Amino acid sequence: MSHTFFIAFSYILTALVVIGLILRAVIDHRIQVRALAELEARGIGRRSRRG
Amino acid sequence: MAKAREASKSLFWQNRYAACGDVSVAGALQDRYIDPMIRELANPTRFMSLSGTLLPWVGGLAALLTAVGLYMVWFTAPADYQQGETVKIMYIHVPAAWLSLFFYMIMASSALGTLVWRHPLADVSQKAAAPIGAAFTLICLVTGSLWGKPMWGTYWQWDARLTSMLVMLLIYLGILALWRAIEEPNRAARAVSILTLVGAVNVPIVKFSVDWWNTLHQPASVFRLGGPTIHSSMLVPLLVMALGFTLTGLALHLSGMRTEILRRRVRTLTILEAERLDAQAA
Repeated sequence: MSHTFFIAFSYILTALVVIGLILRAVIDHRIQVRALAELEARGIGRRSRRG
Repeated sequence: MAKAREASKSLFWQNRYAACGDVSVAGALQDRYIDPMIRELANPTRFMSLSGTLLPWVGGLAALLTAVGLYMVWFTAPADYQQGETVKIMYIHVPAAWLSLFFYMIMASSALGTLVWRHPLADVSQKAAAPIGAAFTLICLVTGSLWGKPMWGTYWQWDARLTSMLVMLLIYLGILALWRAIEEPNRAARAVSILTLVGAVNVPIVKFSVDWWNTLHQPASVFRLGGPTIHSSMLVPLLVMALGFTLTGLALHLSGMRTEILRRRVRTLTILEAERLDAQAA
């Protein structure tokens, strides 16, 4: 195998892992924001316990 | 009697240091700036506001520096006289290795924050750092292996640096598994903190393995006592890439901490909702 294969594979793998980390961060953040909004829409707030 | 002796000893040292001006200056700095700053950052709402402002800037700068670094690597950095173009793998392998250790140090200092100071954001920081550190350790191992095949003639060698780095990945995976195994966040944080601090023993082993043992892996060539042994035409792109990677990692860490704070709010509100439903049913 030529050296180009090893270089290209290294860069592609690194790009995939970093893009994966970014996508995971964005998707996870959106899921939590949506879940929080749904709970608050149902009237569940930290102060709702007292009232 | 013993207490009185202890108090008088403490007063003696306080007076001694105050006479030298040490305690007065350090104490004033601590009272006026450091303590309020820590208290301010310990507030998750304040952290969310501050990190929300910082995150686009850190992310943007990370993207810019990585783009500049990649341009330098592909268009200006020369081929190595021995490695040829394969040296290009080093521009991602070396920053990934540094970040693997960097994120472990973030986790270890956060673990101290959890166990010693019970800082509310310390375990959030620990949890957010673990997957990022694991990912960079994986990048370091795989790119090192892909560099090793054409250069050493083998993908893997059980030498001290490679083996200690593999142990580092296993520790990261163990920490990630422990976070998932314990549901209650505060209990999980304490267990993970202990594991993280025990695993921190591996950090100096990774760093100094090339000095302590006879390894196939080359010794340090950037952070060494006599200065870097790399020519500036290769050192500058390497440092730019390392800075780009570091800022990318920090942006991911900030984002992960923000998400974790939201996850904990969701968890608290879900428990409150369940309690309210229970009370209504009763």
